Amino acid sequence: MRLKLEKRQEPSMAMLIATPILAVVATMFIGMIVFDFLGIDGFRAVIDIFLTPLLASYKWQDVAVKAAPLIIIALGLSVGNRAQVWNIGAEGQYIIGALAAAGVGIAFGPVGGFFVILLMIIAGMIGGSAWAAVPAVLRTRFNVNEILSSLMLTYVAAQVLSYMVGGPWKDPNGRNFPATAPLTEAQSLPIVVPGTTIHLGVLIALILPFVFWLVMSRAVFGYQVRVVGSSPQAARHGGFDSRRTIISTLMIGGAMAGLAGALEFTGALKAINLGFPSGYGFSAIIVSFLGRLHPIGCLIAGIVLAVTYVGGQVAQTTVHIPNATAGIFQAMMLFLILASDILIRYRVRFVPSAKPQAVAGE
Amino acid sequence: MTVDLIIAALMTVVGLTTPILLAGLGELVTEKAGVLNLGVEGMMLMGAISGFAVTVFTFNPWLGVLGAAFGGAASSMLFAVLVLQLNSNQVATGLALTIFGTGLSSLIGLSFVGRIVPPFTSPFPAALSRHPYWEVIFGYSPIVYFAVLMVPLTAWFLHRTRAGLILRAVGENDHSAHSIGYSVVGVRYAAIAFGGAMAGIGGAYFSMVITPMWAEKMTAGRGWIALALVVFAGWRTGRLLAGAYFFGILMALELYAKAAGFSFMPSQFWAAMPYLMTVVALTIISARGTQGANAPACLGKPFLPST
Repeated sequence: MRLKLEKRQEPSMAMLIATPILAVVATMFIGMIVFDFLGIDGFRAVIDIFLTPLLASYKWQDVAVKAAPLIIIALGLSVGNRAQVWNIGAEGQYIIGALAAAGVGIAFGPVGGFFVILLMIIAGMIGGSAWAAVPAVLRTRFNVNEILSSLMLTYVAAQVLSYMVGGPWKDPNGRNFPATAPLTEAQSLPIVVPGTTIHLGVLIALILPFVFWLVMSRAVFGYQVRVVGSSPQAARHGGFDSRRTIISTLMIGGAMAGLAGALEFTGALKAINLGFPSGYGFSAIIVSFLGRLHPIGCLIAGIVLAVTYVGGQVAQTTVHIPNATAGIFQAMMLFLILASDILIRYRVRFVPSAKPQAVAGE
Repeated sequence: MTVDLIIAALMTVVGLTTPILLAGLGELVTEKAGVLNLGVEGMMLMGAISGFAVTVFTFNPWLGVLGAAFGGAASSMLFAVLVLQLNSNQVATGLALTIFGTGLSSLIGLSFVGRIVPPFTSPFPAALSRHPYWEVIFGYSPIVYFAVLMVPLTAWFLHRTRAGLILRAVGENDHSAHSIGYSVVGVRYAAIAFGGAMAGIGGAYFSMVITPMWAEKMTAGRGWIALALVVFAGWRTGRLLAGAYFFGILMALELYAKAAGFSFMPSQFWAAMPYLMTVVALTIISARGTQGANAPACLGKPFLPST
């Protein structure tokens, strides 16, 4: 017996949906085995990381708040990934988005209210897309690889943050700690579920996937992105400008990352310090792939990743695994989802191995 | 500036250059075979912890370097199986390798935090390696000389040997190479493993020479600079060496900005400089459009034999 791959006539829809689920389940099993090997109670670790946050209702708000930025960033990245545009600098755009929102907040001083908060959020989106516009323009004007330029700008953004919170925007009452002054109630996002930490940003993260779904499936733009991604030549024949697609997809990715940064700042953290960049921009890449670049997929995958974050913290106290473990699980999921991609376009068959008996002329 | 300070600065430049030179050479060979591996940062971290761990257990830094090469190459095989056997997307798979290597090295590294490793003994007599002036040439770890030596060796391999010719053929036209009987997948496995081993040694230079101790995420994005370096060098080994030193000088600026009287800009400006200049350098190189001609034609494309 040996494995044989047969090309499918059409990509398999069933596999498209089944493989992400398989990837998560396989990650749990492999994780169990690996942890046992490392001398950690693997069963307990996997239960705590993947199930405790779902079963314990008091963890739901943590999952929701963590999922929001992941979903929002992943939505934007998926648009780019569909067009084969690789923005891996979402982390930097997220940072700049939060800083832009903070700048507007500081400019208004004690003034707050609906319009100020709205302005802060819009500033976040503009900041994020402006940061993404740099790799976009460099790619279309000078053919600079956007993977490298967007990532390099993430390191620059981290230094901008370090300078701003340690210098001009440092909280004068903050005991010399490099951080902005905490936002007042009037400049913070409202809480939508009383008695929890669930802020308006979570609601936005729930609604946006449906907006993206509509645009990507119904509007010409969504079609254009898919054509440019799958066949640049066909796109040219169809009169689609691939340059404009590259610029717009990168800037949408930046705007979403900036939005996520602004919402995280005004809704969850209320202040920006050196620990503000927490890797959401990178994890969102995994969310985008686990969600099969589909808006609703991103919503579900964002929740799955958020569960592993929250569960990772649970497991830190119960089975004493380090913080980095959640990252390993996330990477494992991405590996498995990429490995299973082949099942969408190929059918795996077991065929009896044809014994090469007396092959003449060899 | 005093002579002492100049010598110290020069030695810092050489130290900062070595990891990106090693990782860059490895990635150059991988890309010449037509494979784009964005997992350099992850492989460097895996090499850093493997080399450190082996040295802690054996007290032998030479075995440590072997361990680092093995750690980097072993982690690169995860990437290789996915992209070569399962034809997965190279960009996404490389990213996954970086995320995975970052996480796994942190996990393994936990039990090594706070440990120290014995340093390399210099290959040169102390009269040279400790000499106040000559140490600028003779006072480094053997890894530095290895890195510099690998530049002409890699160039020789790629352009003067039969194996190098096959490797470039696989990167330029995989189907032709396949049709005349060369194993495209086999060559690419070897090239990816070499890239992993070199990145691993580059990473070990952080944990075994620069600090020398383990800290998570200690390579701080240098793997990505190594990737940029390959594009910057236009896939040429000589230019890679020059480019690595250019970036080494930029990285040293942050450390010596104050001493050199550059405090008119905040320290964060100098810290951001290598990354900013990477973007500027890529722009200049890409705008001239000459490097495209030298880029391996099959770079990043999956190989699907028609039979």
